[in-house]
Amino acid sequence: MKLLKAHPLLVLANSYLIDSPAPSNITYIWNFGSLLGSCLVLQIITGVTLAMHYLPSIDAAFCSVEHIMRDVNNGWLIRYLHANVASFFFLFVYLHIGKALYYGSFRAPRTLLWSIGVVIFLVMVITAFLGYVLPFGQMSLWGATVITNLLSAIPWLGTDLVEFIWGGYSVGNATLNRFYSLHFLLPFVLLMLVIMHLIALHQNGSNNPMGISSSLDRVPLHPYYTFKDLVGFFVFFLVLSIFVFFLPNTLGHPDNYIPANPMQTPASIVPEWYLLPYYAILRAIPSKLLGVIAMIGSILILFTMPLLDTSRVRSCAFRPFMRLLFWGFVVNFLILTWIGSQHPEPPFITIGQACSTFYFSYFLLFVPLIGLIENTLSDLATLGSDHSSYKT
Amino acid sequence: MTSPNSYNTKVVLATSLAAVTGIGFYFFVNPIHANEAEEGLHPPAYPWSHKGPFSTFDHASIRRGYQVYREVCSACHSLDRIAWRNLVGVSHTADEVKAMAEEVEYTDGPNDEGENFQRPGKLSDYMPPPYPNEEAARASNAGALPPDLSLIVKARHGGADYLFSILTGYMEAPAGVEIREGLYYNPYFPGGAISMARALFDGLIEYEDGTPATTSQMAKDVTTFLAWAAEPEHDERKKMGVKAIIVISILTALSVWLKRARFASLKSRKIVYVFN
Repeated sequence: MKLLKAHPLLVLANSYLIDSPAPSNITYIWNFGSLLGSCLVLQIITGVTLAMHYLPSIDAAFCSVEHIMRDVNNGWLIRYLHANVASFFFLFVYLHIGKALYYGSFRAPRTLLWSIGVVIFLVMVITAFLGYVLPFGQMSLWGATVITNLLSAIPWLGTDLVEFIWGGYSVGNATLNRFYSLHFLLPFVLLMLVIMHLIALHQNGSNNPMGISSSLDRVPLHPYYTFKDLVGFFVFFLVLSIFVFFLPNTLGHPDNYIPANPMQTPASIVPEWYLLPYYAILRAIPSKLLGVIAMIGSILILFTMPLLDTSRVRSCAFRPFMRLLFWGFVVNFLILTWIGSQHPEPPFITIGQACSTFYFSYFLLFVPLIGLIENTLSDLATLGSDHSSYKT
Repeated sequence: MTSPNSYNTKVVLATSLAAVTGIGFYFFVNPIHANEAEEGLHPPAYPWSHKGPFSTFDHASIRRGYQVYREVCSACHSLDRIAWRNLVGVSHTADEVKAMAEEVEYTDGPNDEGENFQRPGKLSDYMPPPYPNEEAARASNAGALPPDLSLIVKARHGGADYLFSILTGYMEAPAGVEIREGLYYNPYFPGGAISMARALFDGLIEYEDGTPATTSQMAKDVTTFLAWAAEPEHDERKKMGVKAIIVISILTALSVWLKRARFASLKSRKIVYVFN
């Protein structure tokens, strides 16, 4: 134990993973932080292994992936793991962000922690998009074409920018090579951001379901939350195994088993399920430029949460109206996911527009407004009484 | 008075229920699918012998299916990603596969004189394609390109069910449906007009194991064969999956027990506020 507290490196491990004081009342929803860490580690291990066999060339990419699936020992396992963990990575990040929104973890003093988290999410989206292009099936090629083309909506320099990204006049060999290079690089950028996220977390420690200071009642991370996180890991591996071994292609699109063909457009071009809500927001707006702004804005708007939340209470456990609205936001997000998977035709266009409007209204209108209403009601209820604790 | 946590649980349950009901209604109850003609008739779910989590391929069916592919499909469709060696221990013995491979001539070389030469096939050779290139394939098929079948089961919505439905779904075009010259009506094909003519007819081939070669029997066998071609790791994958589930289930149970043991003191403590 002495070494653990004296050695300059072990002391860090000790303060982050062993003796770190954690609130005594955090629930299983707090497991998603460590689960996301396990996803990143799994993705890097499987990804580096896949990179040993993958060939980043438009003529060889698809064949090399099939070579991994058929001829490399357990190659199918490595690739199915990589593809399915990507899905769980996003499922977990949505639950992790949802937890922060519900319990007010984004609020002071954790605004830096929140902002780094949003950057992590942005880099995750980019990394996942780049990775989906690499097998170079039909959906890889056409997804890459559609998404990169969006940047051409930027006035004046759009077309030049898109050609710069392509390294040519269409998605080709140069594009695939740079996407591969960046897809290899970005996970390590993510790793660095995760370390920053942990440093920012360490400043004040975890939030808790009550949203009040936990300084009075904390327990060491080990053995309490190390063992609680272990439960999360095994449940995750159990569900992951069901997908990898029994339903490996359920979350993917069959078109990506057709080699990329620039001469033939697929009947519908859809992203992976975890990016569908943003795809729905993109298509809700008829103007291409505004659609792109809305899509990017729908992620960037998370940065403003600490400014927009006017409530004096942190956790939704004590905010009945906000709680209702939060679940409305969740349902809305699920509907957007579904709309993103549908053809852009009535009635899906109208539903998508309504849901996109609600998505932005949640942040810009409802969050500040409900906070004010709840503050006022609380003031009225305690007016004149000795319990009116919020008098300034 | 309900605690915030049980309220949360209720809301989460209600939300999930609403979402699942909505999606379920749309896909399973709602009879109106706007894109039926465009996306093709939804194939029924067939009871494949390899469908369940514990079931493996019917290898006798793979063997018959290979025969159907060889005698019928391979006239137009390639199977580029399957080598002769892949059949060994799956549908045929090593000697049988060697004999089949040797019947095909492959171009190899160059030899010491710098000349390419013809030699009989080896286990490491891949299935011979019916056409030398895409142009030749299109020229022989009125402009249509017969797709490679190595991944066809994974590359189509509905997988094996879709393939079986296509092979057995040919019929007269209903009144009012115009089919262009050289195309055939098949309701399971997106758009309804397919370039491939019906290929399987009762008694078309003679199975070496004596199974009556009906249209549906051949369709079933060749679909099983192609399902194997798309996922040759299938049997091994499920076997490994069962082991993984058993091991991880035990570890999960163990970790829950450990966690509860660690938290026991924390959960059963009493916090008392002593006034003064």
